[in-house]
Amino acid sequence: MTTFFDEPIEFTLQEGVGAPVWLGTVPDGEALEAFAVSVHKNDGRIAAIWGSDERLRGNGFRLVVVFGFESGHLQVSLDLPADKPVYPDLSGIFATANRMQRATRDMVGIASVGGDQRPWLRHGAWPADWYPLRHDAGEGQSWPNEPSDYAFLQVGGEGAHEIPVGPIHAGIIEPGHFRFSVIGERVLRLEQRLGYQHKGVEKRFIGLALDGGARLVGRISGDSTCAYAWAYASAIEAACDVEPTGRALGLRALVLERERVANHLGDLGMLGNDAAFSFGLSQFFRLKEDWVELSGRLFGHRFMMDRIVPGGVSQDLDADGLAAITEQCIVIEKEVRALKRIYDEHAGLQDRFLTTGPIGPELVRELSLTGMAARASGVMLDGRAWRQDYTPPPPYAGLGVRPAVDERGDVAARVEVRFLEVFESLRLMQKLAASLPGGPVRLEVPPKPDAQGLGVIEGWRGEVVVGVALDGRGKLARVHPHDPSWQIWPALEHAVLRDIVPDFPLINKSFNLSYTGVDL
Amino acid sequence: MIPLLKRIIRTGIISRKLPAILADVPAAQAPQAGEHERLQDEILNILGRALTIREVDAGSCNGCELEVHALNNPYYNLEGRGIKFVASPRHADMLLVTGPVTRNMENALKVAYDCTPDPKLVVAVGDCGGGCGEVGPMFAENYASCGKVSNVIPVDVFVPGCPPTPAALMQGILAAIKGSKG
Ligand code: SF4
Repeated sequence: MTTFFDEPIEFTLQEGVGAPVWLGTVPDGEALEAFAVSVHKNDGRIAAIWGSDERLRGNGFRLVVVFGFESGHLQVSLDLPADKPVYPDLSGIFATANRMQRATRDMVGIASVGGDQRPWLRHGAWPADWYPLRHDAGEGQSWPNEPSDYAFLQVGGEGAHEIPVGPIHAGIIEPGHFRFSVIGERVLRLEQRLGYQHKGVEKRFIGLALDGGARLVGRISGDSTCAYAWAYASAIEAACDVEPTGRALGLRALVLERERVANHLGDLGMLGNDAAFSFGLSQFFRLKEDWVELSGRLFGHRFMMDRIVPGGVSQDLDADGLAAITEQCIVIEKEVRALKRIYDEHAGLQDRFLTTGPIGPELVRELSLTGMAARASGVMLDGRAWRQDYTPPPPYAGLGVRPAVDERGDVAARVEVRFLEVFESLRLMQKLAASLPGGPVRLEVPPKPDAQGLGVIEGWRGEVVVGVALDGRGKLARVHPHDPSWQIWPALEHAVLRDIVPDFPLINKSFNLSYTGVDL
Repeated sequence: MIPLLKRIIRTGIISRKLPAILADVPAAQAPQAGEHERLQDEILNILGRALTIREVDAGSCNGCELEVHALNNPYYNLEGRGIKFVASPRHADMLLVTGPVTRNMENALKVAYDCTPDPKLVVAVGDCGGGCGEVGPMFAENYASCGKVSNVIPVDVFVPGCPPTPAALMQGILAAIKGSKG
C-alpha cells in the first residue's frame, strides 16, 4: 500500500511488466475532488475518464479517473449509488476533463454536478435518457436520426463572423466540425464539435472474448493500431497475471517504432504539401510506401494490425527479417537526413512553419497534453524514456531512449520533433534487432474472472491508455480505450488563435489528431 | 536549392508500372494483360476528361484513409493517371466511401451523394464499408452505426480488405469505371 501527495487514499501497484500503474479507490466525490486538486498541484494530469455500470455485480455505477504524474499513472475509482450517479465537476481543476465528462454522461449516464452539460458523443441518433453502456440498454434498437441543435458559444463584437467547416472536409481526412469566429482573416475563436465517427465501439467490446477484443481495439484508430493493441494486451496481461517474454516485448517495440516512423514520414510529407512544397509530399510518401511495404512483407500486414496480441505477438521474425529491418533503417536514415537539410534550408517552408500555431508549456500542463505535442512545447514527457522518478517498462528501460524536445511550441517545433523522433526510432529499432532475446513469442492467457487492468503505451501521438475489466465468465465486461487526442484537440483551439484561417490546415496537420480515436 | 535539385534528379521517375501493381493482387482478380495501357483512354472515352473522386470518410478507423492516401504516392501516382481527388462532391464523378456509416454521418453522406452530379459512381471501401470479412460484422448496425455503405446510399463496387491495399483500390476504381461503360 502506498499513498500519494499526502492524500489519505491507499494505492496498490499493478503487477506485471507494463508501465507503472497504481490502483486505488476514493470513498466519495469530495475525496476525488481533493485528490484531483493535489494531483494538479503536483504537476500531474488527467489521462482518462470513463464510467461503468456495476449494477449486475451488486453495486451502482463506477467512475474511473486515471491521472498521470511524475512516476506513472494512478487509477482512481469512485463507486456511485445506482439511483443517483453523480460526482463533482473536475473541469474547474483540469479543463481537459470537460469533454471526457460529457462523453461519460452520454455513454453511461453518470453526470458531473456543474460544468458543461452539453452532450458530446450524442448528436441526435438516440434519446437523451438512453445510455448505451448500461447493461439494460438492450441491443439493436435505433431511433429516428434527429439532427440536434448544438449550442456553440457565441462570439460577439463588431465585424466578427462565423465560418462553419465540416463535418466533411476538403481533403481525404476524417469528419468533424470546426466553427471559426473571425474578424477579417484573424481567428478569434475556434470551437470543435466532434463525435461524427462515433460507431458504438465501447458497447461492441462488451461480452467479447479476449482475442475478439484485441481485433477490435486494433481498429479504433488505424494509424495507431500497434499502440492500441499493446496497451490493451498490457492491460489484459496485468489483469490475468501473464508476463510476455522478452522476445515478445522486443518485437512489440519493433512494430510500435515502425508505426511511429510510418506516421511521422507521412505527416512530414503532408506538412510540406500544406506549405506549398509538393516535392516534400512525393519524397516522404515514397519513403513511407517503402516502409509500409516492408512491414507488409515481414508481418503480413502493411500497418501490422493484429500482430500484437494478449500474451505476446502473433508473428515471429527470423534472422533475415531482422536484417531487412536493420538494412532499411540505414537507408531511410540517410534519405530522411537529406530531406531534413532541404526542409531546414527552404525559406518558404520555414516561413510558414516558424511561429505558426504556437502553444506554450503552461497550456500543455493546463490541458494535460502528452506525446509529441507536449515535447514540441518543451515538456519532456515520454513513457519510453527514463525520468528522475520514472522507470520505463521493458524493453524501453534497457534502450536508453533519448526523447526529442523542442521549446518553441510552433509548427516548426512539431516538424523538428517528428524528424528527431524518426532518427531516434531508427536507432532503437537497430538496437532491438541486434539484441532480440530468444524464446517463445506468445504465451497462453487464461482469462481471470472479475479481474481488471490498465495499459499505457507511448504511441506516436502520445499516451494511449486502455482500461479493461473482465466479467465472471472471463469475457470483457468493459473496455475503455483513450486516445491522446482527447487532450490535444482542445489545445488546437488555442493554437489557431491570432493566426489566419488559411493557416489552419497546416496547424491541424502538425498535430494530425485522431477523430475516430476520441469518437469511438 | 542544390540539394533539392540533386534529390529530384537522383529519385527520377519511380511511378510503378501498372502490371507490377496488379501483380500484387490475386491472379483471379487481375485484369487482362494490356488493359492498363487503356486505362487513361478508357477514362477519356467514358468521361471525356480526367476522373474526379470525392473521398468521404463516413466512420472509418482511418486505416482505409492511409491506403487511399498511398494512391497518390509516386509509386501508384493516381493523379498522374488521370484520376484526381476533388474537394467538393459537386465536382466529382465518383464517391469513394469508407467506414461503417455512423448514424452521426448518415445525413452528411446522403447530402454528399445527392450533391454528386449524375451519372455518379459509388465505391465502398474496406470490410467495414462492405460489411463483410471478419471485420465488417464487428462494426455492423447498432445504435450508433448504419453498418455497410449500401445501407445508406447505392453502391456500384465494393473493395474488400482491412484496409484494402492501394492495388486493390485501383482495381476497384477501374472496375467501377468499366462497369459504368458496359
Ligand atoms: S476496413 Fe479495416 S482499415 Fe478500413 S475502416 Fe474498417 S477497420 Fe479500419
